[in-house]
Amino acid sequence: MRLDKRAAFAVPLLIGMSPLAFGQAQPSSNAFNPAISLILNGRYTSYSLDPAGYRLPGFLLEEEAGLPSEGLSLDETELAISANIDDKFYGSVSASIEQTNGETSGDLEEAFFETLALPKGFKIKAGKFLSDIGYLNPIHAHAWDFADAPLAYVAMLNGGYSDTGVQGRWVAPTTLFFEVGAELFSGDTFPGANGADSSGTGAWAMFAHVGGDVGTTSSWRAGLSYQDADANGRVSTLGVEPNIGTAVFTGSSELTIADFVWKWAKNGNPRDRYYVVQAEYLHRKEAGEIEAPPPLPVILTGGYAGKQSGFYVQGVYQFRPRWRVGLRYDRLEASNTVDTELVPLFEDHTPSRESAMVDFSNSEFSRFRLQYNRDDSRPESDDQIVLQYTMSLGAHGAHRF
Amino acid sequence: MKTLLAVTVVALAWSSTPAHAAVAVLACEPEWAALATEIGGTLVSAESATTPEQDPHYIQARPSLIAKVRKAALVVCTGADLEVGWLPLLLRQGGNPAVQPGQPGYLNASDYVEMLEKPASVDRSLGDVHPYGNPHVQMDPRNISKVGAALADRLAMLDAANAATYRQRYQDFASRWQPAVERWTAALAPLKGAQVVTHHKGWVYLESWAGLVEVGNLEPKPGLPPSAAHLAELLNQINSQKVAFIIRSTYEDGKASEWLGARTQVPFVVLPHTVGSVPGTDDLFGMFDTLVKTLVEARK
Repeated sequence: MRLDKRAAFAVPLLIGMSPLAFGQAQPSSNAFNPAISLILNGRYTSYSLDPAGYRLPGFLLEEEAGLPSEGLSLDETELAISANIDDKFYGSVSASIEQTNGETSGDLEEAFFETLALPKGFKIKAGKFLSDIGYLNPIHAHAWDFADAPLAYVAMLNGGYSDTGVQGRWVAPTTLFFEVGAELFSGDTFPGANGADSSGTGAWAMFAHVGGDVGTTSSWRAGLSYQDADANGRVSTLGVEPNIGTAVFTGSSELTIADFVWKWAKNGNPRDRYYVVQAEYLHRKEAGEIEAPPPLPVILTGGYAGKQSGFYVQGVYQFRPRWRVGLRYDRLEASNTVDTELVPLFEDHTPSRESAMVDFSNSEFSRFRLQYNRDDSRPESDDQIVLQYTMSLGAHGAHRF
Repeated sequence: MKTLLAVTVVALAWSSTPAHAAVAVLACEPEWAALATEIGGTLVSAESATTPEQDPHYIQARPSLIAKVRKAALVVCTGADLEVGWLPLLLRQGGNPAVQPGQPGYLNASDYVEMLEKPASVDRSLGDVHPYGNPHVQMDPRNISKVGAALADRLAMLDAANAATYRQRYQDFASRWQPAVERWTAALAPLKGAQVVTHHKGWVYLESWAGLVEVGNLEPKPGLPPSAAHLAELLNQINSQKVAFIIRSTYEDGKASEWLGARTQVPFVVLPHTVGSVPGTDDLFGMFDTLVKTLVEARK
């Protein structure tokens, strides 16, 4: 820009101004600073099979993985606080409190800051956060369209991958949305484990997203992600019935995810009616050693090479204001090579699940959902019914795409 | 990975070449894009994140909008929490430091006008109320020129080389807008005191300017869809009171207002809430011309 005499006056003025000189009312999430929100979640669940015997044949699940308890239970109660820290940084914390079998436990879901002022589309985030791999992964569970995570997420990401680390991302200056990002993590969380054995940087990931609009009615996003984690003695409950112990895996876990979302609304106005179609395909390779300690009859150690995949496809339709229906299909496949003695660790069964849900939102801040799953995760079918509520108090939630 | 790197490097090189193009203005709503075009002319390229058919509260932070924020030199929005569900997310994801709140590249229209209906207490049992006041400020034409002045200053600051042109174009706009406002005010004078029922609480600035009296809303609470019970109540109220119009905008479903209109003989009117919402509203002058004409004709 050429500086003329008038501009020369304007420049020193600009430099002298405080960064908040331009306008008072920020597009903040709340009249309060910081924005505070509280999410209340609860459910009634019924199973036709014993939830204690839950497993996904062919997959080494995270040690604590399993179905939510039967009957009346509380899901996570989540407290989230976020704000612009100053003109250059934004910070956010969300912590959840969970109560299972009368025991209360707390979990730090996210605690991170990110930059606001890096030039040319760059952004850095550091702390503990949900990884941006996949479509569903960075979305908090209370904002999902179904009461539970897709099977592929349960099997390969323990429902959602978050860890302590750092992320860099870049948004291209193009009309078609394009962004790429890379993440480095401590490697402590599933599918990694004991990151300290990998110098505290046991996992990394990268992702690319592309998206845009088609006319005024439709919009879409497609993504490709890759995650590489060191499993340093990762403990899993054995995927055989009955649960006879644990397996300890040491090796590498490499995951590739392809995701796609398409949204349609008349005139692009989703207030009254809209459709969303969403699908993700996950493919994982694991290689290393498995050790199965007692109480198995003998201590078994041997090589393990896993080639596993899974996908889900779901559609959600808001057919009138406040009412939505949704259908989802899940399927997993595994082809594992295990040394002879360890063969019984893997059952010959292909897990799948069909789900249907209907939900009602009295306002943007309250939602009730009824969901039915015909769950063929195990060789026998499980009829699952979930009645769930999600209430959000405080700061207005974000309308994520 | 190598391809990805190559793409990144190429795109980077491309992004750092100096732009000779017009100042890219991203408006949250069409009226601010139209205002930016009035003031900037060919010096700006203004586009709106929403269309007249879209309720500006219910937008999602779509990939296409993130891409637009990334390239914008100035983001102009209503503010006052109208875009609270999507704008903060877009600004964070857009990777554009120039348009962050507090920077010259971010302008909240509601900072420059007097806000109506600032609630004494904010409680969600009252619906989705906005703590900063009613955000539909564009419906009073006097607010348009106030925001226009701020917008001209901001453009002059961002594109200093053309500062004089922005100021001169604003003077020119104001000199045409002022008499138009007087003309519209005069045309609406006979409607002073008329009682109206509106779909959403989106017309309070129009009412305050034109002296209309709002006696009810089709939405039982702001943001909640009209319920059968509430409509029945409203029907009784309209029958016992002298109501001149039932007003709604283009993005609101017409069934409820048509149902009420048919049972009460009260004319229901679709008023332009922004530029481009109905035929004849290609610019801000056309928007208010059409609005005034629609009201005056419905009264006959």
